[in-house]
Amino acid sequence: MTPITIVFLITAIVTLGAAVMVVTARNLVHAALWLILTLFGVAVFYVLLSASFLAVVQVVIYIGAIAILMIFAIMLTRRVMQDTGPTVNQGWWLAALISIALFGGLSWMLSTWIGFDTNMPQLSQGADSLQQLGQALVSPNAYILPFELASVLLLAALIGAIMIAWERK
Amino acid sequence: MIPLSYYLVFAAALFCIGLYGVLARKNAIAILMGIEMMLNAVNVNLVAFWRYRTPDLIVGQAFAVMVFAVAAAEVAVGLALIISVYRSRHSISADEIDMLKW
Repeated sequence: MTPITIVFLITAIVTLGAAVMVVTARNLVHAALWLILTLFGVAVFYVLLSASFLAVVQVVIYIGAIAILMIFAIMLTRRVMQDTGPTVNQGWWLAALISIALFGGLSWMLSTWIGFDTNMPQLSQGADSLQQLGQALVSPNAYILPFELASVLLLAALIGAIMIAWERK
Repeated sequence: MIPLSYYLVFAAALFCIGLYGVLARKNAIAILMGIEMMLNAVNVNLVAFWRYRTPDLIVGQAFAVMVFAVAAAEVAVGLALIISVYRSRHSISADEIDMLKW
């Protein structure tokens, strides 16, 4: 048990516990707050995986934008969804069964894979992963096409969101 | 050191919890939260595979950034749809939104 393993295990338990609370909490505002904790846990994993830029982006975009947007939507639609009645539909046991079966299947499939127990390789000295990422995203030999597609997708999604939510008089 | 398997099992568990939320919850916003958790699990996998298998190629992080952009687009459109449906039906319960059902 190295210290980093202990950090990993604590973060994993907190993150998964918060994730379970997200899908079981009656009050949606509470669910959104648990979601924020889950997203923070994932940001800690990015740090452990030495993806510092993604950890920052996770906090800024997921927690700063997406979670807050969700809380806005919950507040705007709060009047009808009171905390009465069941929060899950009748087939919830089937959903639980499918999830557990999928988890078992995924774990089994991964455990038969030869690279399952790979240990963390050393990052090559002097390599700046942030600089590499920035160059890869705009280099014609790398990922400029998916990058530009993602920009167009974001633009289209924002225009679409405005059109959908527009209140016609 | 932590082997790759820890991250893969963690991501699988997070994905399955999110899947349960998507399949079982009634509230449309809760379903969106489940989708967000599933996308996060995918991202953890992408970054873990990058770090453990191909640390010299940046492809894992590059596609994690794409997933961020797609998640932001998805949540913007999803919440706009929910608010639009709420305005016309006064409900965001997924089993009452059946206008498209034949």
